[in-house]
Amino acid sequence: MGARSVIAILAVLAFVGLLTFGLLSKGSSGIAIGEVAPASPLPRLEGNGDGSLADYRGRWVLVNFWASWCGPCREEAPALERFQGQHGGPRFTVLGVDSRDLSGDGRGFVKRFGLSYPQLRDGDGATAHDFGTTGVPENYLIDPQGKVRALVRGPVDEEYLESEVAPLLPGSSS
Amino acid sequence: MRRRATLAALLALALLAPVPLSASAATPQTSLSEISSEVMCPVCGTLLELAESPQAQREKAFVSRLVAAGRSKDQIKDALVAEYGTEVLALPQGSGFDLSAYVVPVVAFLIAVVALTIGVLKWRRAGDPPDREGPPAADGPSPEDAERLDADLARYDL
Repeated sequence: MGARSVIAILAVLAFVGLLTFGLLSKGSSGIAIGEVAPASPLPRLEGNGDGSLADYRGRWVLVNFWASWCGPCREEAPALERFQGQHGGPRFTVLGVDSRDLSGDGRGFVKRFGLSYPQLRDGDGATAHDFGTTGVPENYLIDPQGKVRALVRGPVDEEYLESEVAPLLPGSSS
Repeated sequence: MRRRATLAALLALALLAPVPLSASAATPQTSLSEISSEVMCPVCGTLLELAESPQAQREKAFVSRLVAAGRSKDQIKDALVAEYGTEVLALPQGSGFDLSAYVVPVVAFLIAVVALTIGVLKWRRAGDPPDREGPPAADGPSPEDAERLDADLARYDL
């Protein structure tokens, strides 16, 4: 094989490698039920510092991806706040993740709906991408070991929360 | 007295004249349309100028506020990156993997130029007539041909 053939093959391999790298780096990801949920740190929507799903290891966590511009997010926010009021504590919390949203708009949303549960900010949507979300709102129920136990692509309501989430929480009589 | 009156008139004029100083701080340095053609709607995955989604509307309103506040294009883009990350920029960054968007076309162009040059040179070389064997042709006609030519010409009465 001549030098020219080697150079041509190397050029083709480099080109294909570049394309593959580009596709893989921009490709989709996602988690399935039973897998450990991503827990990379995110800035808090209100206040300073970062927070992470890992901060709540040992608790059940309902991770709620939302954005202030999303209509269904506005519809489900009161139900989530009520559920947090009833069940939030050392064994459970809702964790809001404001995704691909303006931080000022996100803070306005929290204030408008009086949301008391912790809120993280995912401005570039990287964490939403790691979870494999297809939009907002989406809800992931994470068990105390950090594994996904249920996911809902779309808004949740009180009926769902009481019938599907509440029975899983410790101390539930259901 | 006259000087005082003149001074008072000048002072009044200065106070009444429209002062652009305060306004100049918020003079738009760019426009929504200019920014919208260079940034993305992160949710839609299209240029902001083409997007009409609720998120895009919020983003446009955000840009409009900054334009009205007199921010420059770079300042507004920085603010958008702070909100949405670097993927909000429509043009690739000059670092990391995005750098390949600038480097690869240049390298490909150079490779194409070199390959074309080599190809043309080879083609021209292949098109050259092969060297003839035997003695080179003599200059001018042979003596017999010259005599025949002279005889032919003599037949014409020019």
